Amino acid sequence: MSLYLRQIGAVLRLEMRKTFLSRRGWWVYLLAFGPVFLTGMHWLIESARHGGRHSIGEDTLVFAGIFHFYYLRLGIFFGCVGVFSNLFRGEVLEKTLHYYYLTPLRREVLVAGKYLAGLLSATVLWVGSTAISFMLIGRHFGAAYNDYVFHGPGLGQLGSYCLVAALACAGYGAVFLMSGLFFRNPMIPAAVVMVWENINPFLPAFLKKISVIFYLKNLCPVEIPIPPPFNVMVIDADPAPFWVAVPGLLAVTLILLAYAALSARSTEIGYSE
Amino acid sequence: MSDNLITFANVSRFYGEVLGINNVSLSIPPGVTSLVGPNGSGKTTLMNLMTGLIRPTEGEIRVLGIAPNDPGRLCRAVGYCAQFDAFPKGLSGYQFVYSFLLMHGFEPAECGRRTLAALEMVGMMEARNRPVAAYSKGMRQRARLAQAIAHDPQVLVLDEPLNGLDPLARAEAIALFQQWGKAGKHVIVSSHILHEVDRISDQVILLSQGYVVAEGQIQSVRGEVKDQPMQILVRCSRPNQLAARLFIENHVVEAKLHTNGKEILLRTRDADGFYLLLNRIVLDSGIEVESVSPADDDVNSVYQYLIGGEGAAI
Repeated sequence: MSLYLRQIGAVLRLEMRKTFLSRRGWWVYLLAFGPVFLTGMHWLIESARHGGRHSIGEDTLVFAGIFHFYYLRLGIFFGCVGVFSNLFRGEVLEKTLHYYYLTPLRREVLVAGKYLAGLLSATVLWVGSTAISFMLIGRHFGAAYNDYVFHGPGLGQLGSYCLVAALACAGYGAVFLMSGLFFRNPMIPAAVVMVWENINPFLPAFLKKISVIFYLKNLCPVEIPIPPPFNVMVIDADPAPFWVAVPGLLAVTLILLAYAALSARSTEIGYSE
Repeated sequence: MSDNLITFANVSRFYGEVLGINNVSLSIPPGVTSLVGPNGSGKTTLMNLMTGLIRPTEGEIRVLGIAPNDPGRLCRAVGYCAQFDAFPKGLSGYQFVYSFLLMHGFEPAECGRRTLAALEMVGMMEARNRPVAAYSKGMRQRARLAQAIAHDPQVLVLDEPLNGLDPLARAEAIALFQQWGKAGKHVIVSSHILHEVDRISDQVILLSQGYVVAEGQIQSVRGEVKDQPMQILVRCSRPNQLAARLFIENHVVEAKLHTNGKEILLRTRDADGFYLLLNRIVLDSGIEVESVSPADDDVNSVYQYLIGGEGAAI
C-alpha cells in the first residue's frame, strides 16, 4: 500500500475513533434520527388503528415532503455543518491540530483523510436515517408495503433517496470543511449558504445551477411543488439530467476539496489568535 | 550550510504588528541547548518556527539542512513536545502515541513496538491503557514526551518539558535529555527553572523581547559580560591577608570575607589577570589555597545580568 493511502487510513481511523458516536455530536444524531422517531410513531399509531385512512401513494408523497424540506434543506445541511466544520475548526478550538501538523503528512493528505472520515460518519447517519424512515413510513400497510418496496417502484425510490442523501453529504461536506478552514464561526458561512440554497427556486436559471440543491432536487424520485402563494415566484429551469447532475456535483466537490487542501498548506498553528 | 546544524539567518516573525522575534541569526550544534528568557521573550516562537508550525515573516531557517515548509522530511527528523496541554478526545495513552506514529507511515507492528518503547522510556507503561483524560498533569506531560520521541527524531524540541513533573520524574527526564544530547541529537529545551537549565545544557540561548541577547556555552557567555565584575570564591588558609594583597591591584573591585573565616568572595573586572596574580601571591606569601571557583558563571547569574538586571549588554 502506498504511503499516502496508509496515511489517509491512519487519519481516517483516528478521526472515526474521536468523532463517530461521540457525545459532542449529540445534536447531529438528534437531527438525523428525528424523522426515524416520527415515522416510527406513525407506524405504531396507524398499526393500532387497524384501518388505513390513506394510501401508500400518500405516504410516499409525505416521505418525499419530509425528504425535500427536512432532510435536504435542514437536517443534512446542518448535520454537515456540525460534522465537517469541526474537522479543522474543532481541532483548533481544542488545541490539538498541531499533532497532525507535526507528522510527515502532506496537508492535502490530511484534508483527504479528514474529509473521508466526515463523509463516512455523515453518510452512515443520513443514508441510514433516510432508509430506516422510508421503510417505517409505510410499514403499517404490512405485506402491501413490502410488495410496493420489493416488487414495485419502492426500491428504486429508496435507492434514489439514499444516493441524493449521500451526494448531499459529499457536496455540503466539502463546502463546510472548507469554511471550517477559513471562518472561526461556522454559522456565518452556513447561514449564507442556507439562504442561497433556499432561494434557489426563485433565482434565474443560470444562478440556480450554482447550488447543490438544484442538482439534488432533480435526482429525487418524487417532486414536491412549491406551495402557493410562493409558487408564482418560481422560475423554471431545465432539470439537469442524471449524467450531468452526479458527475457535476462530484466535480464541484473535488474542486472545493482541492482549494481547501491548498489553503491548508499555508495555515499555521496559532491557537491564541 | 551544514546538515548537522539548526540555523536561523536573519529571521523575524511578527504577529500582525506584535513582534515575535526580530532579526535572529543562530547556529545550533548538536547537544542540549536551552532557550532562556522571560514570558513573551520569543522562546515558543523560535520553537514553533523550527518545527514548521509557523513561518518566518523574513529570513531563512534550516533544520539539519531541511526547510520547515517541507513537512514530509522535517517531521521525520523533528519531534516537538509543545506547551499545549491538550489531547485528541477519547484516546488512551497507548492509542495517542500509536495513532500519530501510523501517520509517519510505519507498519502497524512497528508502530506498536515503537509506542511501547517510547512509553517505557518515559515511565508510562502501567498507565498506557488508561484514558488520557484521567491522567494527572505530570502523566499528560510524559505522554506528550513519548509522542514526541516515538519516531526517534534527530531533533527534539521541548517546550517547558519539566512542568508538572514530580522530582523523581524530573530527574529521569533530565537524565534522558542528557543521554540524547550525548548521543549526538539536538535537544532544544525551554525552561524557567534556571538551576535545572544549568544542569542540562551544553549551551544556552538567552532571549529578551524577541531578540537573542546571548548564545553559547554559559561560561563563555558570562566571560563576555564585561560590565559585571566576575565573582570568584577562594577558600584558603589566610583570607584576610589575601584580600589585603589583592586590593593593591585595581582590577579587584570588591572582597567579602565569609563568616567561617576560610572563604573570600572577590569581584574582579579581569579574571585572567586575577588568576595570574593569585598564583604570584600564593608563591610569595605561602598562603594555602584549598579551592578557587567562579561564583557567577551559571545561567541564573547571567540571566540576572543580561535580562533580569538593569539591561546590561555584552
